[in-house]
Amino acid sequence: MAPLLEVKDLHTEFRTGAGVVRAVDGVSYAVEQGETVAIVGESGSGKSVGALSILRLIPDPPGRITRGEVLFLGRDLMQLPDAQMRDVRGSDIGMVFQEPMTSLNPVLSVGRQITETVEQHSRVDRAAARKRAIELLGLVGIADPARRLKQYPHELSGGMRQRVMIAIAIACDPKLIIADEPTTALDVTIQAQILELMNGLTRRLNAALIIITHNLGVVARYASRVNVMYAGRIVESGPATAIYHNPRHPYTMALLQSVPRLDRPRRARLDPVDGQPPDLTHLDEGCAFRPRCRFAVDACAKAKPPLEPVAPTGHRSACLRAREMAAVGAVA
Amino acid sequence: MTMPATDAQTLLEVRGLRKLFPVTEGIFARRKVGEVRAVDGVDFTIRRGETLGLVGESGCGKTTTGRCILLLERPTGGEILYDGVDLAKLTHKQLLALRRRIQVIFQDPYSSLNPRMKVGDILAEPMKVHAMAPDVGRRAARVRELLAICGLNPNFADRYPHEMSGGQRQRVGIARALALDPEFIICDEAVSALDVSIQAQVVNLLEDLRVRFGLTYLFIAHDLSVVRHLCHRVAVMYLGRIVELADCDELFDNALHPYTRALLDAVPVPDPTVEAGRKFRPVKGEVPSPINPPPGCVFHPRCPMAVESCSRVRPQLREVRPGHWVACSEVR
Repeated sequence: MAPLLEVKDLHTEFRTGAGVVRAVDGVSYAVEQGETVAIVGESGSGKSVGALSILRLIPDPPGRITRGEVLFLGRDLMQLPDAQMRDVRGSDIGMVFQEPMTSLNPVLSVGRQITETVEQHSRVDRAAARKRAIELLGLVGIADPARRLKQYPHELSGGMRQRVMIAIAIACDPKLIIADEPTTALDVTIQAQILELMNGLTRRLNAALIIITHNLGVVARYASRVNVMYAGRIVESGPATAIYHNPRHPYTMALLQSVPRLDRPRRARLDPVDGQPPDLTHLDEGCAFRPRCRFAVDACAKAKPPLEPVAPTGHRSACLRAREMAAVGAVA
Repeated sequence: MTMPATDAQTLLEVRGLRKLFPVTEGIFARRKVGEVRAVDGVDFTIRRGETLGLVGESGCGKTTTGRCILLLERPTGGEILYDGVDLAKLTHKQLLALRRRIQVIFQDPYSSLNPRMKVGDILAEPMKVHAMAPDVGRRAARVRELLAICGLNPNFADRYPHEMSGGQRQRVGIARALALDPEFIICDEAVSALDVSIQAQVVNLLEDLRVRFGLTYLFIAHDLSVVRHLCHRVAVMYLGRIVELADCDELFDNALHPYTRALLDAVPVPDPTVEAGRKFRPVKGEVPSPINPPPGCVFHPRCPMAVESCSRVRPQLREVRPGHWVACSEVR
């Protein structure tokens, strides 16, 4: 069976004063029905731009999707006319953004923002849409939904606003939800509530979830498969357990070693990744992680290594020395 | 309350600190309609050379506590004794002298550096204000020295903040705090805005500087794993009050207050196998408004251990084990 979503060789660029930034530089991955896939990376790694590109939400100019296919339910989203693309957004694919304050409209009531989505996609009348909105607010765990419908975003707490965002995202029973740093702006106890809610709802709706985050703990708790991004490319991809217990890319290994963990004895010192994040306007033809990599050899400067299988489980790594990493990675 | 008596080792002592912000209505005739109890009776001491962690979620009053110590806010009540001297009783001149000894590192390396000043001028400014290194040549030498201490290229003195990455800017913020040879630094979410790989570098730098210059830190943060790594003792705040205070290992291994336990539970561990084996129930509800905090114990509406008296009697911090203070009536 074909996967629900298949991204093939996606390229997105931004033309800036400093030069062309290849924010997404040849990314390919698939998402199966009902599965939770995490895209992990630090600022500027291209994880958000990659997700926005799927929905063609890249502002043009300065951005442009220059190449690639996004096959969703057998159709290439990149080729759809704008009107059909609008039908896909918010209906087949729901989106939850990071900042619930800026992604909700401050001058529309919460109820209006939910019914708008419902009316747009399911051709029902106002009363039915309102009923659905009340039902949705109940689903996302908001008490007294009828009263909350009349409130405006500024009257709600950050956690409540994110619940409203989720209600909008699931309003039309999507097959896929893309959540871009859904809990980064929230406190840790609220983060836990929101993640549990999203996890429960995606199971219930049998929707697939792409969760974009920099938090390695969140990934470990919820994702079955993980794509690690660095400088616009996926550098490692595979089942979550393989990525965490047997990383085969030096960047993934360094990332896992640099976070302090609550479940392990305290270390005297952290083991950080050396150097600075890459300047995306000045990338050469070699591996972008090379200047910070402890395992770099001369050959790393010649070409960007392709993402190649390292195990039959679907575990892939874009490193020339991935096979040698097996011995080192186990230490982490 | 009975905290251990002040001894020569105590650098800072905070007693019954309160900070209320008025809530007003009306544009011309401002009427006070309520108060935000940002900090509501906080006591702690910091010993020389120690790092005290102050943790809690947004709105718990941790930053306001720090700002009161810096005298950026005038406390509504309570005393702050620095090196035995009550800050509220100092003359302007004495205060100026004291400010050299207390410095701060802010969270956001983008907004805390003046974008129109070169890094060299940013670092020389405090020296000018306090008439340290009076001639230009000596100041320039000190700037280069500070940059080197913080792991930056001394030539960065000629750069503007926008020419640097977030991690480099935060190093400039740290260099600025060191410019006056302080003994006490308040780190207000100093590593929160940084990516994981860079965060570990800055955490190590802060630790090195503490040892090298004999610094004392108040480390305000919401990230528990970083706090555990850096701090000797940790105070947990909730809604303007300290609910638990203990040595770092004791707090993380034997948390007693139900809020601390909920907080620790909510942090996901970056390991899928560990996560799969954890029982996990997020604490219910959200932090109540500090304008109208619940009577009695402020945590009782969300607390799994709450009994009837919790809604009436405000629990005092008491020492349940040597050095381990808890404000909960149900903890034995």
